[in-house]
Formats: sequence, C-alpha cells, structure tokens
Amino acid sequence: MHYSGWTLAWNALSGHKNWRPAWRDASPKASYDVVIIGGGGHGLATAHYLAKEHGITNVAVLEKNWIGSGNAGRNTTIIRSNYLLPGNERFYEWSMKLWEGLEQDLNYNTMVSQRGIINVYHSDTQRDAYARRGNAMRLHGAGGELLNREQLRALLPYLDYDNARFPIHGGLMQRRAGTARHDAVVWGYARAASDRGVDIVQNCEVTGIKIENDRASGVETTRGAIRAKKIGIVVAGNSSRLAAMAGLRLPIESHIMQAFVSEGVKPLIDHVITFGAGHFYISQSDKGGLVFGGDIDGYNSYAQRGNLPTVEDVCEGGVALMPVIGRLRIVRSWGGLVDMSMDGSPIIDRTPIDGLYLNAAWNYGGFKATPGSGWCFAHLIARDEPHLAASAFRLDRYFKGDVIDERGAGPQPNLH
Amino acid sequence: MRIPCPHCGLRDVREFTYLGDAAPQRPDPNGADAVDRFNAYVYLRDNPAGAHGELWYHGAGCQAWLAVERDTRTHAIAGVRSYKAGA
Repeated sequence: MHYSGWTLAWNALSGHKNWRPAWRDASPKASYDVVIIGGGGHGLATAHYLAKEHGITNVAVLEKNWIGSGNAGRNTTIIRSNYLLPGNERFYEWSMKLWEGLEQDLNYNTMVSQRGIINVYHSDTQRDAYARRGNAMRLHGAGGELLNREQLRALLPYLDYDNARFPIHGGLMQRRAGTARHDAVVWGYARAASDRGVDIVQNCEVTGIKIENDRASGVETTRGAIRAKKIGIVVAGNSSRLAAMAGLRLPIESHIMQAFVSEGVKPLIDHVITFGAGHFYISQSDKGGLVFGGDIDGYNSYAQRGNLPTVEDVCEGGVALMPVIGRLRIVRSWGGLVDMSMDGSPIIDRTPIDGLYLNAAWNYGGFKATPGSGWCFAHLIARDEPHLAASAFRLDRYFKGDVIDERGAGPQPNLH
Repeated sequence: MRIPCPHCGLRDVREFTYLGDAAPQRPDPNGADAVDRFNAYVYLRDNPAGAHGELWYHGAGCQAWLAVERDTRTHAIAGVRSYKAGA
C-alpha cells in the first residue's frame, strides 16, 4: 500500500473500507539465502538494505511476536551522532546521514525532526569535556556548538540555571540531532523490504540454530525448520539467549531500561535536552506528551518491567533540571530489555561459526543506530567483510584490548 | 524489589549495589591457558533468562556481600546467603 493525496481522497469517499496492509504478512518457506532473526527496526533495516543495496531478496525476517513489538516500540525516539571516540562517531554519523535521507529512500513519512539536542553542562571541567567531544563531532562532520549560559538561556529559559547544587553553565548542541517516529521507522522499512520480495514472518520464534560441519545451516522455529545459507542474529535484549543456541557466550548482560511519558501539554520543549549532573533526557512528542528516561535499573533482567527506585531517580533528575515539569503527571511508563556490553558499545561482526552473523549490544542507544546498523549488517552479510563505518564493532575487540569505552567505566555493564 | 538480607531482614533494593553474575571465578594466573580463562572471566557471561546467582553489596545496611538467587524473568528471589570470596 502506497499513499498519496489521491488514495487518501478515494478511501475517504469510499468509507475507509479499502485500505490494504502496507506489507505482506508472509508464511515461512523451506529455505532462504538469508534469514534475519529479529523483526525490530535493525532487522527490518538489514533486510531492506540487503535487498536494495546488494540485490539479495530471497530473505526472511523472523519475528517471535509482531514486528516492532520489542525495543523498536519502547525507546524514546532520539536520533543523534554526538559521540567522542572515533570507532563510535564515524558509525553514528553515518547513521545520522541515513536518517536525513530516510524518508526519500523509503518513500515513507518517518517524521524525522531535526530539532537539535542539547547536553547541559554544570561545571568548568564538564564544559572542557563537552568542548572536546564537540571538537570530535566536528572532525567527523557531525557538527557541534558549545553554548554558554546566556546563549542557552535564550533557547531554554525554563531550566533551573541557579540551582544551588548543579548550576547550569551552558550546553553542547548538535543541531542535526532530533527525534523520529519509531513505529513509522519499523513500518517504513517493513514495507520497503516487503515490496522487494523479503518475507516478513511474524509469530515465529527461533528455538534452535542448526550447525552442520561448523557452519550454520538453518533454524528451528515454532513454525517449522527453515534452511538458510546465512543467518543474522539481530535480537538486542535476547542476544545471549540466541547465541547460546549456537554454543556461544557473549560479553553482554541483559538489563531493564524504563521510559516514561507525561500527560499532553502545549508546546514546551522544542529540543532534546539531557541533564549533565544526573542521567535524564527529555523531548516532547507531537501529541504533547513529554517523553523521558534515565538510567537503567542496573541488574540482570528479562522482565520488561522495572522497579520504583529508578522511577524516582529519573523524576528527581528531571525536576532538578527543569522544575517547570514538577506538577505534570506521568501517564505511562514501560520497560525494555537492553544488551549492556562490557564496554558500552555495539557488536556487528561474524561469529566463530561460518554463516552466522551477530548484530548486538546496542546498550541503551539502539534506536538512533537503526539505519546505520541495518546498512552495515547488510554489508557484512552480503560481502563477508565489515563496513568501514562499523569496522571497530568487532566481537574479538574485548580480548585484544580494542574496547570502545565511551564512558571509561571498565568491564562492568551496568555502569555504561 | 526487596531483598531479604540474612543479617538485616527484608530491605528495599535501593540499599544495595549490584555487581553481577556470581559464577565467574578468578583463574590461576600461572595456568597454561590463563589468557583465555582471564578473557572469559572478565568479559563473557551466561546471562540466563531464569535462575541467576548474583552478587549484591548491602552498602546501606550490614555492608556485607550477599549471594542472591534471583529469577531474571520475574525478579522473584529464591534465596540469599552471606558471601565470602573463595569460600
């Protein structure tokens, strides 16, 4: 189903009874060239770029639930490329460039809104660290501006500048960052992939990975066995469980991350804002709700729901940054499973098993990576070599001392 | 989530700090395959969905390390005992 003014008018006049699904809900075939395990944004993006950029269309995306029901539907929709380390920044900037052309590429309104992100700083040392990060961003073409207190006050007059404990000294701004509509990203990639012949198979949980002569040859699923020449695992949150089916252990712990939305209010927050003295970030959706989040709960979890101390911590951070939101009510909160890796950075790589590829460890930042992750994973699967933008995201980097530890926290997943 | 501390009783989770999986044991640095074993000890985890033995520090209570048996799918705690490294 493609949309235009003509289809809208025709369907309106015919009582909206003739809308058709945007993509095919396929039944699995017996074999494929490539099977992608995981029908989230990253898996669907991988299928789209496999079909479009590499001409590989005999592809199935297997999703245990409905597409986009995991983290693709549970994030806070922020897109940005404001990292410090070269291994990260070149990847996230490539992803940002793909976001900027995504609606044209997919012919689908993913509501990419480059409203700008501002990381607020609260001390001289933090300003120096942000200046360094801004310089790294500019070296990679991502752009970045250091705002002083008065420049920031002109943009965000409602922050608590004279907070006794955490006075606000300024902010680091990336104007190209912003938000996108998370569900539309899933549906747009699904439609584009489906139109090129990719089978999207829902309610199809992978229960085993078949390995013959040290080579992955297929998967067992709740909808029968499927043979495949190549298999990609893209199931952040459950990566360890899938890898265990192939006998692999990963440098990953699954953690719970909560997010929140307030009641709808008139336009208040025009940007994405992050607190520098605690962990809190916020933006406002087009419906008016404030969408915000903070730290992970901090213990291994597969529960998709968190605990109250984290709710309290996030809200304290928010009220310390902008007391103006203190009277708003939270109308929804939810939890998603995130792969927390040992260095806080992702993995896009081959595994020790031929034909089995891994895309994992997105920590709490997977949404912004969706286009870049799909692009680089498709490149890896199609050509058996890493894409330059993701060439640092190797599985063996932990053992070689090449970790990409943005925060400098060491091998302790709940600290990243 | 509340943790039944064997010394202090049932206490709120915010009194505790989480370390992680209790299973990894520090390998013998003089062993033949010490490098591989240390890589696994530092970086690799089973990360199960289900029963998980893990270490918590009761910083706002008895300041003891606790070995907690917890289900990662439900957060239900099956058992807690005082923990001593190497014991």
